[in-house]
Amino acid sequence: MIREVISIQTVPALQDAVRAQPRLHVRGGGSKPALSTPPAGATLLDLSGLAGVLEYEPEEFTFTALAGTPVAQVQEMLAEQGQYLPFDPPLAQARATLGGVVAAGTNGPGRFRYGGVRDFLIGVRFVDGQGELVRGGGKVVKNAAGFDFPKLFVGSLGSLGVLAEVTFKVFPEPLAYASLGVDLPDLDALLPLLFRLGRSPFDLHALDFHPVEPGGSAAGWRLWVRLGGLASTLGPRLDKLRAFLGQGEPVTGGQESVHWQGMLDFTWQPEGTALVKVPVTPQGIPALDEALARAGADRRYSVGGNLAWVAWPGKLALLAELLQAYGLTGLVLRGGDGSPGPWLGALPGGVFAQRVKGVLDPEGKFGPV
Amino acid sequence: MDHTHPLLQELARLYPPERLLTRTAQLAAYESDALTAFHQRPEAVVLAESQEEVIETVRLCHRHRVPFVARGSGTSLSGGSLPVAEGIVIALNRLNRILRLDPDQRLAVVEPGVVNLHVSQAAEPHGLYYAPDPSSQPICTIGGNVAFNSGGAHCLKYGMTSNHVLGIKAVLPDGEVVHLGGESLEGVGPDWTGFFVGCEGLFGIALEITLRLLPLPETFRTVLAAYDSLEAAGHAVSAVIASGLLPGAMEIMDRLAIQAAEVGAQAGYPRTEALLIVELEGEEVAVEAEFAQLLQVIQGTQPVEVRTAQGGDERARIWKGRKAAFSAVGRLAPDYIVQDGVVPRSKLGEALAAISALSREYGIPVANVFHAGDGNLHPLILFDGREPGALERAEELAGKILDLCIHLGGSITGEHGVGVEKRSFLPRMFGPTEMALMHRVRRAVDGRELANRGKMLAIGE
Repeated sequence: MIREVISIQTVPALQDAVRAQPRLHVRGGGSKPALSTPPAGATLLDLSGLAGVLEYEPEEFTFTALAGTPVAQVQEMLAEQGQYLPFDPPLAQARATLGGVVAAGTNGPGRFRYGGVRDFLIGVRFVDGQGELVRGGGKVVKNAAGFDFPKLFVGSLGSLGVLAEVTFKVFPEPLAYASLGVDLPDLDALLPLLFRLGRSPFDLHALDFHPVEPGGSAAGWRLWVRLGGLASTLGPRLDKLRAFLGQGEPVTGGQESVHWQGMLDFTWQPEGTALVKVPVTPQGIPALDEALARAGADRRYSVGGNLAWVAWPGKLALLAELLQAYGLTGLVLRGGDGSPGPWLGALPGGVFAQRVKGVLDPEGKFGPV
Repeated sequence: MDHTHPLLQELARLYPPERLLTRTAQLAAYESDALTAFHQRPEAVVLAESQEEVIETVRLCHRHRVPFVARGSGTSLSGGSLPVAEGIVIALNRLNRILRLDPDQRLAVVEPGVVNLHVSQAAEPHGLYYAPDPSSQPICTIGGNVAFNSGGAHCLKYGMTSNHVLGIKAVLPDGEVVHLGGESLEGVGPDWTGFFVGCEGLFGIALEITLRLLPLPETFRTVLAAYDSLEAAGHAVSAVIASGLLPGAMEIMDRLAIQAAEVGAQAGYPRTEALLIVELEGEEVAVEAEFAQLLQVIQGTQPVEVRTAQGGDERARIWKGRKAAFSAVGRLAPDYIVQDGVVPRSKLGEALAAISALSREYGIPVANVFHAGDGNLHPLILFDGREPGALERAEELAGKILDLCIHLGGSITGEHGVGVEKRSFLPRMFGPTEMALMHRVRRAVDGRELANRGKMLAIGE
């Protein structure tokens, strides 16, 4: 019997469900509805009940938790020990789960400093397409034994198996933050500054930028540079950074944290738009940005210009076309008309991907890769 | 396989005679890698000079069902580039071009034969460097680093090779060419690039690798602390971690390793039971403040002596001794095996005590040099291969150490890979389900099991 929604509380129940159902779709906290809404004919596995931290050794810089554990719960636990998830997972306030963050491959602005979810996920247990529970990676911060299955699950959207358990490496969190906001007339002025900063020895915690108004460049651009560390050092470091850039307004305290929290919650996303993640390169931004501005799409560039968050106002088919023209791909997280999606553009991996998919999901129970 | 074998005949059409080696004397240099206990003469070695030659060679091997092993500088400590009987070696050292260096986007596109250190040297004028720094970095190649997910002394903070590879163009074992990843730090879809890194050559040969570069730190502060026991040094590591600092590197050497480093590099180390090296790096203002905090923590751990490196020369000398320790150990004994297991950091003391007990039990000296920050042990098991049974006993001791790492919840390898050396231990770390899945994935990518056959996974299981 095919049921529409199965609520999973235990790993054996997850295995049973995978074995019994011909087509499956997974939802964690539902913070990214475009990813967690099942296609017609697929049974929805609700993993929000498969939650809880299994191990946390602050001294080891690692923890292990069930995949449905809310990110916010983990962040609270880590903060008590002065630690954090350095990839800065977005949508924690919207109940994003650890498994969902891995499967969606989503990172916040803090990714710029130490790396993304791919760099901090060190172990997984997942249920493959035949219902087998498989372990990949390990629980120590350094490990080169066997194929790196944890990497494979980052961004996989559940297409290769269902994550049951995840082990992350964590770091001590900077004790304080301070930012510099730099106003610039246009991208032509901004990008050279971005490149100079990137080659400089400043330890930048985050490096984001966006047009002040979505429509055009008349109102200019704003570059956000964030520093983290011992509170006593932030003042002098900010001064040095401002001297290096020749401009910039220090932003500190509540105003600073509100700005960066807003980036994680996408508070800037206008109503009625689709939120789309688009991996980019800094040099590719000017051409893409012109097209996005023409379409009236608000956007934020994050991770030093390696990630564009696009709030697309129209039909997703048009965005897919636009991205394709620039050789880019996208991932719809929420909003939009649902078609095409959630992946926009050609999926990477080619024949390598198809061969691995055939082993992990021989009956095609999960979505495509 | 003799010279009339159709593969050799076809290779002779592809390569000029000086780049197709088949004579015994020519092949001798390729019989083993840095794991010298293993030898195997290949049927032939081709010295490829272009990606097209590599692709064509792989296609010919596939057509003729002949196994192949890709090889860079042959620095693998796990026998990763050990040739296969009846197989050929594809030497990649001549594919050593840095195809593109893009300082603005902080990336380099390189061929597999590019030497690790050369990437950092090329990037340095732009204020950038390539972070992974295995001890063999002056000679090891990026292709080998990618295949074995090599590490180095800075992995806790910056990760291993896989954390620095953005994209890979690879030829699969049947000659298909695929492009994985790209130039962005971000991606959508499964992380195929990350999955390829560390495959130990089983998924084919990387032809072009896009590496991410990092800005050179403004300054370094290095502290060398001497302790009268390994346990005390281990406790100091815990204290540093508990203080909330994130050092770029934390290394420990024991008495025997210190001796070796003195012989090899005249580092001027204190003669003591254990040395701890901790290094901070970053913006000057921040590092100064953190260094004051670090020294306070270190002073609280009862060190016998503390030295700090201010200038580049002092820092270089501290590291020279550490980095030379492996090769210098060769002066203490004719032969040695290096192990590479990982244990949870809190189990370091327990692991070292157990290794020391095993060393006494076997009557075999073991020197310890390890990445304390990430629990990555490097016991160097010293023996004389000319004594009958000595290698076997050293291997038995090495095996006990690997079992210990598994037992303590760690890994059999942190950065050297499984190779041929630790192949029988992988099924002890992973269960039958995991092993079966790895074999299935391998065969789906390489149905004939031609690519680096016998590494990581046993054949035909």
